Amino acid sequence: MTKREYKELFRIVISLTFLVGMTILNHYLEIKDYISIPIYILIYLFIGYKVLIKSIRNILKGDIFDENFLMMIATVGAFIIKSYEESIAVMIFYELGEFFQRYAVKKSRNSIKELMNIRPDYANLINGDEVKEVYPDEVNIEDVIVVYPGEKIPLDGIVIKGNSYIDKKALTGESNPYSVFEGDEVLSGSVNIDGTLYVKVTKDFYNSTVNKILDLVENAQTLKSKSESFITKFARVYTPIVVILAILLALIPGFITNNWSDWIYRALNFLVVSCPCALVISVPMSFFASIGRASKEGILIKGSCYLESFNKVNTFIFDKTGTLTKGEFKVKSVYPSDKYDLILSLAATAEKNSNHPIAKSILNLGKGLDGYILKEIPGCGVVAKKEEDTIYCGNQKLFNLYNIEFPNIINEDTYVLVGQNNQFVGCIYLEDEIKENAKEVLNKLNAKTLMLSGDKEKLAQRISNDLMIDEFKAELLPEDKANEVEKILKNKSLGDCVCFIGDGINDAPVLMMSDVGISMGLMGSDAAIEASDIVLMNDDLESLLKLKKISKKTMRIVLENIIFAIGIKVLVLILSALGFSNMWLAIFADVGVAVLAILNSMRCLKKVKL
Amino acid sequence: MKKTFNIENLDCAHCAQKLERIIQNVPGVINASVLFMSEKVTIEAKDEDFDNVIEEVKKAAKKQNPDWIITR
Repeated sequence: MTKREYKELFRIVISLTFLVGMTILNHYLEIKDYISIPIYILIYLFIGYKVLIKSIRNILKGDIFDENFLMMIATVGAFIIKSYEESIAVMIFYELGEFFQRYAVKKSRNSIKELMNIRPDYANLINGDEVKEVYPDEVNIEDVIVVYPGEKIPLDGIVIKGNSYIDKKALTGESNPYSVFEGDEVLSGSVNIDGTLYVKVTKDFYNSTVNKILDLVENAQTLKSKSESFITKFARVYTPIVVILAILLALIPGFITNNWSDWIYRALNFLVVSCPCALVISVPMSFFASIGRASKEGILIKGSCYLESFNKVNTFIFDKTGTLTKGEFKVKSVYPSDKYDLILSLAATAEKNSNHPIAKSILNLGKGLDGYILKEIPGCGVVAKKEEDTIYCGNQKLFNLYNIEFPNIINEDTYVLVGQNNQFVGCIYLEDEIKENAKEVLNKLNAKTLMLSGDKEKLAQRISNDLMIDEFKAELLPEDKANEVEKILKNKSLGDCVCFIGDGINDAPVLMMSDVGISMGLMGSDAAIEASDIVLMNDDLESLLKLKKISKKTMRIVLENIIFAIGIKVLVLILSALGFSNMWLAIFADVGVAVLAILNSMRCLKKVKL
Repeated sequence: MKKTFNIENLDCAHCAQKLERIIQNVPGVINASVLFMSEKVTIEAKDEDFDNVIEEVKKAAKKQNPDWIITR
């Protein structure tokens, strides 16, 4: 607790002690009014002076529905109708409630901050011979910074000296460390584990990954969900309505029955319950806590509204390559299989210098021969020559070009034909592997699934059968994809919610169009972060299940809070109007409910279990 | 130039919106956004009078509520 909090608590305890003491004394000794009233006034001023000052300040600014002002009216009113003890008690419990509320808000803020504790506090800037600690936003592009073991990397950059292991857990939720060497790119927000790194900064702080992520999560508060907008609107009308009802409740029956103090007392109860604080604080807090939780799991959510809509998604559209599949090729088989070694070695010789994913998967298996001169024929393949020996490696266009005959062996798989000295030697079949957990995740999503692919019909058919996808569309050009999604969005019925999941780089238009766009955002890919509403930083499909749990839980907690808070308040209002309630109950409906709602919303911070 | 500052004692969500409006109305402030849950404010102003603008912002916040203290 801070000094300010101790002072608050001290004030509350002291005034409560005096109030109880006075009440007991008054009960047994029947102290004369001219002695007891000044003492009551003193206690009242001691506990309530802050509220009084604030309300006077706000009323001078014309803010008549200020909660401090309403609290002042309620307590002063109670004083006038001679409910001294209650007036002071309400003030004490109001302050106590505010105290708990502040404390709970602070606690939850700290927990959320801890969840997102990836903001670097300083950077070690090299300035000539000396190293100076500065704020990360004071470092410029091209500056060189040092990152010591155990420190967070404050800005994106390139390692110019040193090597180390780096932990990217904060960015991706993945805890396996990976190693970086000179020339490698490092992303801010990762933690340097064991070596000292000299990093040349390539992006200023505001454009660095860590700040983008934090910005995104923090600004998610500005993209409000429907529940939050509802609360804002509700809050705007709730206080004025309750205040007007209070005035009517005091005046009309007051005139009729002439029993003023009773009806004024009931009306004052209304004023005590007139603040919608419980909702105004707890609902956005639930969303924010959940967004913090999700970011800890490597799921970035750009706004509370997406968390809300994801809970309603009943149609998932998947991009194939890189989303359902790994996006890397693997040699599946070789034809004819008895020439496996020869074919792979020839292909590896020809593909030696290539960076293409297909070439890489071949080079993983076969070792090529050296000394060949490689000639790439764009769109066809590679020809490798050494003295009298020539190797051909590519598609059917290449073989047609050199008039080499080959048997009819091409099927739906990705393939590479291999030939030598104008003779066909064999063929390598490759496939893009399906992610291990894809089938399980799709099954557990429990919704309609669709797959869009640019690949051949037969291949898409096979994958879609393997994964038990409801529908698929194959051989789509990028613009066809957008048209397909548009069609689906047009034909959806009310209450349907469509989510598109893609790998983010070429899917931008579709991601923007769908109700919820989720990208597989391989660490820090700007295009992915830009275009989608939710980013899965670790490319793991399982995150979808986590996200589903989180959104469901959040919406349940928000609903609980709304029903609980409004329910109790309305109940107390009715009881007060009928004269069955008192100020004690009213103050509970105000601050007690707020504290309970805040505590409930804190459950959003907890880790989700799959 | 854009910089982020911490706000102390920002206790209610409703007051956060009020504070944002106040800061946005300080002359020289191009844009400002207050984040209640993270107790932060990002202020954008021209480089040359940034420091002066921040001083004005601090004063304006303090005038509205003496408990609000804006720090780096």
